[in-house]
Amino acid sequence: MTATNEQGLQKIATIIEQNQTLPGAMLPILHAIQNDLSFIPSNALPLIAKALNVSKAEVHGVISFYHHFRTEEPGAHVIEICRGESCQAMGSRTLEENIKQSLSIDYHQTSKDRQFTLEPVYCLGNCACSPAIRIGDDIHGELDLQKFEQIIKSINTYSLELK
Amino acid sequence: MNHSLSDDSSLPITSRKIFVSLDTTARSRGSDKVAKQVESVLNAQPELAATLVRNGSRGMFWLEPLLEISTPKGRVAYGPVQAEDVNNIINQHCFDDISEHPLCLGLTEELPWFKSQQRLTFARVGIIDPIDVEDYITHGGFVGLSNALSKTSQQLVDEVKESGLRGRGGAAFPTGIKWQTVLDEPEQQKYIVCNADEGDSGTFADRMLMEGDPLVLIEGMIIAGLSVGADQGYIYLRSEYPQAHSILNQAIDNAKTAGYLGDNICGSEHSFHLEVRLGAGAYICGEETSLLESLEGKRGLVRAKPPLPAIEGLFGQPTVVNNVISLASVPYILSHGGESYRDFGMGRSRGTLPIQLAGNIAQGGLVELAFGISLNELLQQYGNGCKSKRAMRSVQVGGPLGAYLPEEQWDTALDYEEFSSIGAVLGHGGIVAFDDTVDMAAQARFAMEFCEVESCGKCTPCRIGAVRGVEVIDKITDEKNDPQQRQDSVDLLHDLCDTMEFGSLCAMGGMTPFPVRSALKFFPDDFLPHPSTQKAQ
Repeated sequence: MTATNEQGLQKIATIIEQNQTLPGAMLPILHAIQNDLSFIPSNALPLIAKALNVSKAEVHGVISFYHHFRTEEPGAHVIEICRGESCQAMGSRTLEENIKQSLSIDYHQTSKDRQFTLEPVYCLGNCACSPAIRIGDDIHGELDLQKFEQIIKSINTYSLELK
Repeated sequence: MNHSLSDDSSLPITSRKIFVSLDTTARSRGSDKVAKQVESVLNAQPELAATLVRNGSRGMFWLEPLLEISTPKGRVAYGPVQAEDVNNIINQHCFDDISEHPLCLGLTEELPWFKSQQRLTFARVGIIDPIDVEDYITHGGFVGLSNALSKTSQQLVDEVKESGLRGRGGAAFPTGIKWQTVLDEPEQQKYIVCNADEGDSGTFADRMLMEGDPLVLIEGMIIAGLSVGADQGYIYLRSEYPQAHSILNQAIDNAKTAGYLGDNICGSEHSFHLEVRLGAGAYICGEETSLLESLEGKRGLVRAKPPLPAIEGLFGQPTVVNNVISLASVPYILSHGGESYRDFGMGRSRGTLPIQLAGNIAQGGLVELAFGISLNELLQQYGNGCKSKRAMRSVQVGGPLGAYLPEEQWDTALDYEEFSSIGAVLGHGGIVAFDDTVDMAAQARFAMEFCEVESCGKCTPCRIGAVRGVEVIDKITDEKNDPQQRQDSVDLLHDLCDTMEFGSLCAMGGMTPFPVRSALKFFPDDFLPHPSTQKAQ
């Protein structure tokens, strides 16, 4: 697990304060932290544990149970490839291998240039237009390697322009 | 068309609308670009006096992005439309004759695929602006709630019982009975929880409904609250649905502002508060007790039953946990009467089922029909065969825990009991088609692999069984093993499936054997040794 700096800790403290009185506040707090910082830093755990009156182990247990939560900073773009049956029926097994090769990373890894993190996902609800992937909050369907590489190219161009 | 351009121009400005869907799948096919182009054309030509409406999807996804233009005769559809087609469509055809543009499909509601459906729950999806309360009311919204406010809790529960509605999440438990159990608990804090953790591959009805008509779900939850005496509701939504999340939150805000949520709803003495909570990518949280654990902020470990959630549910209080479609069917039942809903369907499966056609299918999308239609009719008449134009070989119905059905079983009628009688499940109504390139041993292996990834880990048959299942299937298909070793492995696999089915706490371990056994039974040749089986990640 990676820790965050003072600024990150301040954000976490604010998030906890805003959410800790909700019934079942754990997931809302974890979501808010990950939305803001892109991951859940190790030094957030004692703060969450104290606020919710649970042990650090319990917080860790919740974080590690859910596939969505991550404890390491991801690349600039998180790419989730659907591994569901509907996508398999439309060639996702080949597609996922091609994407891994194209980015030179496996699932749960981040590319060397810190641009892309690859994750599996089990269904994006886009099953009438399989195979599907999600990049950020955008869902792309009827994908093949060529279309994937076009999308990646457009994302990369966009990030370069921002810099 | 009878109406000329001049007739149209006499219509009030608001009647001129152009519809482009904001549904996730429509967007994945480029509807945002089309909508942006419509906006820029309308801005450049204010004399067209038209407005853009982002609606849900009609469910004909091979035609998305679908652009619809309101005319005095009804909405005219164009699709699939790309941004570069927009200017031409609007300027040449917007308010004129409908027939000439190559992308023109005619009146949307006359398209045979759409017209032949029985849309009760999805009546407004693809028609209204999803977050506009006024639009919802104009199209019959909140009539059910208004009727409900004049009835007692028992009368409401009786109406739902009368409808014959059974849980659409997959377990098909009678909704009215569940509600009665919660109502019969002494007066205390009670909850309505909507299970919107639609994790089955091949299903997207919940997502479409939440994106296309979230207010009908909200209305259904308010009515459920009135029925059992609950004033707090939660929608447990999977994190894989960002668009549904955003639309649900906007719809809830608008419903609050309009006085349908909060204290003293519609000026009555009743209160109902509603909140969306996000899941975090755990398939098991679609199981109701695991979902409740997750809502309470814990790991999504399945609870042993009893106690039933209806008696000890969320935070130990009596709780109704219903699927999105079950709750969204309730406003129809209250506005048209339980009997009217009951008139649809067959046997003990009453009402309609929103069926989702997915996978390798030429015309994928949402078909809402009364129970009773055969799988074959759906796959051929609605689905139009495989998208790959190859022969269809197998279909999986009811998600990753559903059986794989060979062609000889495709005459089965969509009905809970009919499916159960052939060892299959209807589940949430998702149908995934595969063509003849499918490797059924690989699919069986994936069923075990999926269970390994998604098991909550509480009970041994599921947690360990899934791992052993992957290993034993590899032994069956491994060409290095001799026939006797492979046969022993097949026997072991059957034994393992029995252990998982009868020894697991919930459907995750208990039903993973369904796809495995059906693949083995109907497609035994695929389990002969071959090098193509995928190895573990």
